[in-house]
Amino acid sequence: MSLNIPQIRADFPILNEKIRGKQLVYLDNGASTQKPQVVIDAESYYYEHQYANIHRGVHYLSQVGTDLYENVRKQVQQFINAKHEHEIIYTKGTTNAINLVAYTFGRKFINEGDEILITEMEHHSNIVPWQMLCEEKKCILKYIPLQADGSINIGDAERLITPKTKLVSVMYVSNALGTINPIEELIAIAHKNGAKILIDAAQAIQHFTIDVQALDCDFFVFSGHKIYGPTGTGILYGKEQILNEMPPYEGGGDMIKTVSFSGTTYNDLPFKFEAGTPNIAGCIALGTAIKYVQDLGIDNIRAYETELLNYATEKLSAIEGLKIYGTAKHKSSVISFLLDGIHPYDVGVILDNQGIAIRTGHHCAQPVMDHYGIPGTCRASFAFYNTKEEVDVLVDGILKAKKMLS
Amino acid sequence: MQTINSIQDEIIEDFSMYDDWNDKYEYLIEFGKSLGKLDEQYKTEENRIHGCQSRVWLHGEIKDDKLFFYADSDAIITKGIVGLLVRVLSGHTPNEIAESDLYFIEKIGLKDHLSPNRANGLVAMVKKMKTYGIAFQAK
Ligand SMILES: Cc1ncc(COP(=O)(O)O)c(C=O)c1O
Repeated sequence: MSLNIPQIRADFPILNEKIRGKQLVYLDNGASTQKPQVVIDAESYYYEHQYANIHRGVHYLSQVGTDLYENVRKQVQQFINAKHEHEIIYTKGTTNAINLVAYTFGRKFINEGDEILITEMEHHSNIVPWQMLCEEKKCILKYIPLQADGSINIGDAERLITPKTKLVSVMYVSNALGTINPIEELIAIAHKNGAKILIDAAQAIQHFTIDVQALDCDFFVFSGHKIYGPTGTGILYGKEQILNEMPPYEGGGDMIKTVSFSGTTYNDLPFKFEAGTPNIAGCIALGTAIKYVQDLGIDNIRAYETELLNYATEKLSAIEGLKIYGTAKHKSSVISFLLDGIHPYDVGVILDNQGIAIRTGHHCAQPVMDHYGIPGTCRASFAFYNTKEEVDVLVDGILKAKKMLS
Repeated sequence: MQTINSIQDEIIEDFSMYDDWNDKYEYLIEFGKSLGKLDEQYKTEENRIHGCQSRVWLHGEIKDDKLFFYADSDAIITKGIVGLLVRVLSGHTPNEIAESDLYFIEKIGLKDHLSPNRANGLVAMVKKMKTYGIAFQAK
């Protein structure tokens, strides 16, 4: 089934905005995605009609809120096909989820001399928590190197994942380059060596159908705001047994069974990892966002975004002096590029002045930029509400920027 | 020798000729290109201005009681912007620089038009120049 793009665009009020007098062309979906009206409405409806704190009250509103909130947990469970509802932990986002794993799993199970393996293309949020852990526990952080096209070589993974490896933590899709990593193979190699594996799906959840049981990964994390949901929401999936073995993260309300000064007992999953009043409205609206995406159909989304990617790649490649970084065979709808001799920031400013929103800089992946010896890139990242006409506007904008800046 | 304020007024007048920010960027780009390169020896960590996406360096030296600035950036619009600041402040006494009120930034609408990131960079540039002024004032 093909998507009805004009109808979809009408669902996203922000797409009608004028920026500096020009029609907004939003091509920064890698950083965050826009919100359909139903998501905005879900959040405000909850505040207007149903709001109270959850899990704590016997009163009506508290029960309604608790049901809505817990239903989204079930919905997420089904969305990624987790075995149990309590394997779905609410977090503030991907960064928070990775830090949770580093702080709990990492501190308990990773010791001096043990190795953690990432890739050279990771987002800083999948580098720094491990560096912090390594500093504390004297464990060793290693990475699978990038190849010229922005992919990794599975042979390198086989060489680097050894019985010393306690955890492999890799991104499914690169936000800086668009590369889709061979996570099925990485999961198999990790398990063969007795290592656990975490998948950072921040850039995958909005593009692919996910089945965590089929994948058999140990942890799987993503952010709500990248799948058309609210900021400050995210999910950590973990296998039941591992989550049970992990110590709690933050201490406080909701995560306890009993508290006394002679000792405190912790709550069961998933509450053990959910101290304090959460982003209730955000999580409820995240459910609406996921439903919106499911109604469009992830496979339809993927097909359309691939079409956009191919069209944009062809158009941008035809611009003289434009170089695309990240040319792996398997890519999602992200194009990182540079114009010969022109700083990416200058391009971003000229495009911004034409209402075109792209991202410039290192995209929180400085090691990738160091790998290519560049200060950063310009990045256009596409969502299902983007159109070929918008790609054409981008191309005209780049040509204009090139003319002004060379 | 023009005063800091008369140079600012000149820049405000230059910018008032353009309604469209595209033309203003064109002006900044051309201005950036017209500026010389900063000698490599001055592109030090100490002279780096942080808070910008591009790299920016500012070197200051005192000659006959006047403070002179030399700046560079690897992004041309940034170079144009720091170049404007150099044009306004360079060649004045440390005291004048430390005490200056840079109203032209507001008047030409520069700050409104910059991303928060670059606006921070602009604040960092002004701060660094004034810090030079204060440091040399004390000597
Ligand atoms: C691959 C990847 N990992 C992690 C993150 C961090 O996500 P958040 O800032 O939502 O915690 C991002 C966001 O840019 C990302 O693209």
